[in-house]
Amino acid sequence: MAEAVAFYIVAALILGFGVLVITAKSAVHSILFLVADFLCVAALYVMLEAQFLAVIQVMVYAGGILVLYLFVVMLVNLKRPPEAHRDPHRLGRLGAVLAAAIFVELAAIFAVGWTKPAEVQGTLSPNNVEQIGRALYTEYLIPFELASVLLLVAMIGAIILAKREL
Amino acid sequence: MITTTHYMMLSVALFTLGVIGVLTRRNVIIVLMSIELMLNAVNINFVAFSHQLQNDVGQVFAVFVVVIAAAEAAVGLGIILALYRNTETVNIDEMNLLRW
Repeated sequence: MAEAVAFYIVAALILGFGVLVITAKSAVHSILFLVADFLCVAALYVMLEAQFLAVIQVMVYAGGILVLYLFVVMLVNLKRPPEAHRDPHRLGRLGAVLAAAIFVELAAIFAVGWTKPAEVQGTLSPNNVEQIGRALYTEYLIPFELASVLLLVAMIGAIILAKREL
Repeated sequence: MITTTHYMMLSVALFTLGVIGVLTRRNVIIVLMSIELMLNAVNINFVAFSHQLQNDVGQVFAVFVVVIAAAEAAVGLGIILALYRNTETVNIDEMNLLRW
């Protein structure tokens, strides 16, 4: 019962902040709502016994990525609002309708295709940092190294893109 | 009782919010943030299944999704800065140099 109440409160917060992110007029407001949204998702991870991911969510997403967004919004000081220019070919309503169609399709897949839960494969220990670390350094070693190379490439690429002249 | 289906429905709703943001907003920074929302919806799905199967592989893949999101944000924001320097706009309707 307590789990259900907590889930519905967190889910309502996540979706409410999500709506605010995509409807906020100012990009700065949008980013602040996105921070709140990511913190609520971290709470959801704690409910799902994924404490390591909850910490990663707060540190990397809310603390790192969104600060980067905030920096860029502050760097591009706009003299005229980006929504001022209206493209006559743009079909905003059609976009919303298409998104609703995607929602219906995905929900139908989950509602119809969901037959029975697969059997449980093991146990999640309450301290799952050790399990995740072991998986990352043994079974998923090559993807882990590739991810680090990807981060290096992204770092160099971002510097080259953002630098005025090389 | 909260089942995995509940988490999947939440994830679908969040993903749809991200799609609406990408399709309807014109500020390219908010479009990138909508993509972050969609990646988060995927992560919720991974973690919900990891919890249901009591298997931590789902969480390992969620960590990889976070890595991809960080790389995407860094490169995407670099592109936005470079575009802003050249065109003085962050409106995706005005970024139509490659459109025929």
